[in-house]
Order: sequence, then structure tokens, then C-alpha cells
Amino acid sequence: MSAIFSTSAARNIFYGGTVFFLLMFLALTYNTEQQLPKRDQRAQLANPAVAAGKRIWENNNCIGCHTLLGEGAYFAPELGNVYKRRGPEFIKAWIKAQPTGAPGRRQMPNFHLSDKELDDLVAFLKYASEINTANWPPNIEG
Amino acid sequence: MQYKSQAVARHYFTGALVLFVAQILFGLVMGLQYVIGDFLFPEIPFNVARMVHTNTLIVWLLMGFMGAAYYLVPEESERELYSPKLALVMFWVFLVAAGLTVVGYLSVPYATLAKITGNELLPTMGREFLEQPTITKMGIVVVALAFLFNIGMTFLKGRKTAITTVMLLGLTGLAVFFLFSFYNPDNLVRDKFYWWWVVHLWVEGVWELILGSMLAFVLIKVTGVDREVIEKWLYVIITLTLVTGIIGTGHHYFWIGTPEYWQWFGSVFSALEPIPFFAMTVFAFNMVNRRRREHPNRAATLWALGTGVMSFLGAGVWGFLHTLAPVNYYTHGTQITAAHGHMAFYGAYVMVVLTMISYTMPLMRGRVANSNSAQVLEMWGFWLMTIAMVFITLFLTAAGILQVWLQRVSPTPMGFMAVQDQVSLFYWLREGTGVVFLIGLLVYLVSFFKGGKVAT
Repeated sequence: MSAIFSTSAARNIFYGGTVFFLLMFLALTYNTEQQLPKRDQRAQLANPAVAAGKRIWENNNCIGCHTLLGEGAYFAPELGNVYKRRGPEFIKAWIKAQPTGAPGRRQMPNFHLSDKELDDLVAFLKYASEINTANWPPNIEG
Repeated sequence: MQYKSQAVARHYFTGALVLFVAQILFGLVMGLQYVIGDFLFPEIPFNVARMVHTNTLIVWLLMGFMGAAYYLVPEESERELYSPKLALVMFWVFLVAAGLTVVGYLSVPYATLAKITGNELLPTMGREFLEQPTITKMGIVVVALAFLFNIGMTFLKGRKTAITTVMLLGLTGLAVFFLFSFYNPDNLVRDKFYWWWVVHLWVEGVWELILGSMLAFVLIKVTGVDREVIEKWLYVIITLTLVTGIIGTGHHYFWIGTPEYWQWFGSVFSALEPIPFFAMTVFAFNMVNRRRREHPNRAATLWALGTGVMSFLGAGVWGFLHTLAPVNYYTHGTQITAAHGHMAFYGAYVMVVLTMISYTMPLMRGRVANSNSAQVLEMWGFWLMTIAMVFITLFLTAAGILQVWLQRVSPTPMGFMAVQDQVSLFYWLREGTGVVFLIGLLVYLVSFFKGGKVAT
């Protein structure tokens, strides 16, 4: 860091570099948005149950214990592929049976969901399980 | 302290430390729930403890940043704060809003909280780290705007330095990217894609600008090295940060439905993200070695050096560990992520806020530095918390490696809960070191009340 490299040069490189890479990021974002329809199963959003299920997912803070496509908390199983792992009936029966009350075991609260809400949630989980995630997770256990 | 109005920072720092204690207590609750699953159930389910743990962390770091800005911007600008009264009012608004939100988390089921705060009008809740009711999020925006106005006016009317310019840039970016928390499309892939514009572009983007400027400010003060040299370093570090970190967002776009070229962009750019952190370490040690004075506040110098080392280890090394797509394919969403998250947040953001507090608190209390005995106690707090965090990270890494192996690599993969039972030894060890961390925090807090002969 000799006198040849001045603070104002460093500052200019900072602004130039930041603007360049920010624009590049925006260009990649634009391209991603163009490609997403092929991967994100958006056709399923035509079914109102999917959006309703997403709201149930959010309003009960499921992400506070579970992961969804690997993001969330690591206290309870991955649910991005739970539809494929367990199927719709098991998921509903499981949610209704909580909490297990088994001593010392991790407990999931009962969220008192109606049958319609359970169906909506399952529709959302089915949608999530069909997103093209580049083959992740490595196996069905999530 | 050269300007009277800098003293508003004291409120922010005190508030931050109170929330820090709450954060750690709820962290210990969660840690215990990892091994005694029904601990405090149904009173405090894990997800509630986690919201309190992560949200108090975010809020106390923001308070730390704001306090730091209220202290350093007047001093750098060589004038009083534009409106100390606004700063104080906003402190109480922020603290009460944060407190009410935590009370909401703890007192009613989350779905009820969503209902009574009108989440269906503008649904933003229920996404990781952005669990706050929409109305709290709006409150955060109001506080941030009032804060930026106050700091911005002070900046505009005074001397402009690289430190304040970079800090203001970082704080503005913080406010701007937070606005993406109001965007919650039904399309899960797009929801996740833009969610990272808040989370990643905060912690691996604009927050690093704030971190850099805070560190640079303290280093100028404690080492007496020329401002010219330090400011040049600052620009170099933040250039490296944003050049690597912006496209580095791609390391979150591997497996969420986004195009697969992100595996290349994300891997290459995020693999370079340790470089700015390494530069920060070299910077801190270099400046301290070239110091032109022996500042009596040795604890502050220790925190500054600690920030350099621990942010490099936590954000740099532990980030690199699982950032390449072929590795991340196996580690994504495991305890490896948790290990990295803990050390990175502590090493970078917790430590830089504590650096700032360590340097400024004695000054705001009318002395250049605390008594020797108070500093010794503070340094005990430093070492206990830092070493505890190193072991928390190592134990979570061990748990993570085992988890990845048993659940994802092995030819006969085990289910999630079966694996959790297998790795419980490491969760117990983590909880033990968590208790050591709490002891360190308490020792640190006691150091504020330790008297003794002080330098003036």
C-alpha cells in the first residue's frame, strides 16, 4: 500500500466494483426470472389450496422447527419432500395426532387445523415437493 | 467524548446488552430442548424459543449499530448530533416494539399473533428471521428512517470522512434491503429467492460495511495510526466484500428451484468471501503493531483483534467449509449450517458491537478507560465467551458431520429423528459450553460495575 495507490483510487475501485457486480447480479436475477417457469411448478398456483396452504405453513411458524428445501430450523425433519416420503394421508394423521407426549421426546404442538386446512397444507407440500431442486436432497430421508 | 449528544449511544448499548442476555437464555432453552425434547413444552415450544433467540439477536445488533453510529458520526463529523431528542425517542420506540413482539411470541400461539396483528392484510410472517408481525416490521422501517434522517443530517452538515461515508452507505443499504421483507409471493421459489435479498445482502453485504467502519473508527482511536492508512484499508476491505458477496448470494440458490448455473456463480464467488475477512484480520493486527500510542483501554484493543480473528474463522473458514455446491449438496440444512451461523454472527457482529461498547462506554462514563481490575474482568468475559463459542462451533460441526454421514452419505440412510438420537452426545457438549458462554457474559456484565482506580 504505497503512495502510488491513493485512498481516492481505493474509493473509486470500491464504487466501480460495487456497481459492476450489482448490475451483474441484477442481470442474473432477470435471467433467473426468465427461467423459473420451467422449474418452479407455478402452474400449480392456479389451485387456490396451494396459496392457502402456504399461509397455514407461515401462520403456524412451521419453519421454526422444520426445514423446507433445506432452509429453516434443524430441530425437526425436512418437509420439502415429505409428500413423497410419507404421502398425504400420513401427513394429515400425523399432524392431528400431535403432540405425542412421549417423555423426553421432541414435541410438536397441536395446531387445531380443520380438514380443509389440512388439505390446503398438503396441497402446498405437494407443490413444494415437485419443484425442480437440482436433485436435492440426496435421498428420501431429506 | 467530544460532543454531548454522543451520549445517546449509551441508551442503545444498554438496551443491546439487555437483549443479549435474553438471547443467550433462550439459546440455552433451545439447546436443552435438543436433548430433552419436552423441556418447557407446551409453555415454550422450540419454535418460540428460536424466534426469541434469533430476533433478539438481530434487534440487539441493530441497536448496537445505531448506538455506534450515534457515537461515531458526531465525532467524525465534528459537530453535535442533528437531533439527540429524536434519537432518544426512537430508542424507546424500538425497545418497546421489540419487547411487545417478544411478549407476543411468548404469550399466544403464533397463529393467534398473526391473526390479531392482521397478517392476512399483508402477509409477511412465518418466514425464518422475518417472523415479526407486519406491524412490527413497519415499526422497524419507521425507526430506521428516523435514524437515517438523524444520522444523515449530522453527516451532511459536518466533516465527511471515509468512515462515516461507508457507515452511512451500509446503514442505507440495511434499510433498503429490509424492504424486501414485505415481499412474500405465493410462489415458494420466488419467495425464497428474494428472502435472501434481506438475509444474505445484510449479513454478507451491507452489514460488513458497518462492521468495517466501526472497526476502522476504533482502530484509529486506540492505535493512533494515520487516518489516511486506515481509510485506504477500509476501502480495500469493503471492495473485496461486495465484489465477492453480492454474486456470492448465489450459494443460497443451489437447491431452491433456481437455475443450476447458480451452482457455479455461487461456488466461485462465495469461495472468495473469506478474502475480505482475512484482510480484516491482517488489517487489525497490522494497525495494532504499528500503533503510535499505548491506549489505556487494552480491553477495547483485544476486542478489535478478536473481531478480526473470529470473523475470519466463523464467517470465512466455516463459511468456505460448506459453500462449494458439491459439498453443500450434502451439508445443506444440517448442523454444519448451524455451526457456521453461530461463529460467524459472534465473530463478526457480536464482537464488533462489543468492541465499540468497550471503547466508548468508559468515555461516556467520564474516563478514558476503566480501572485495571475492571479491564481484567472484561477480558475474562472476552476469553470465556470466545472460547465457549469456538467449542460450540466445534461440537455442532462434529454433530453435523455425523448427521450428514448417517442421513445422507451412508448406503443405508437413517431417518432424521433416528440420526438426532445418534448425535445427542454432541448436543449435550454444546449445551455445556453454552453454559460457559453465559458465565462469560455475566462476568463481562459485572465488569461494568467493577470500580477501582481509573485513568482520566
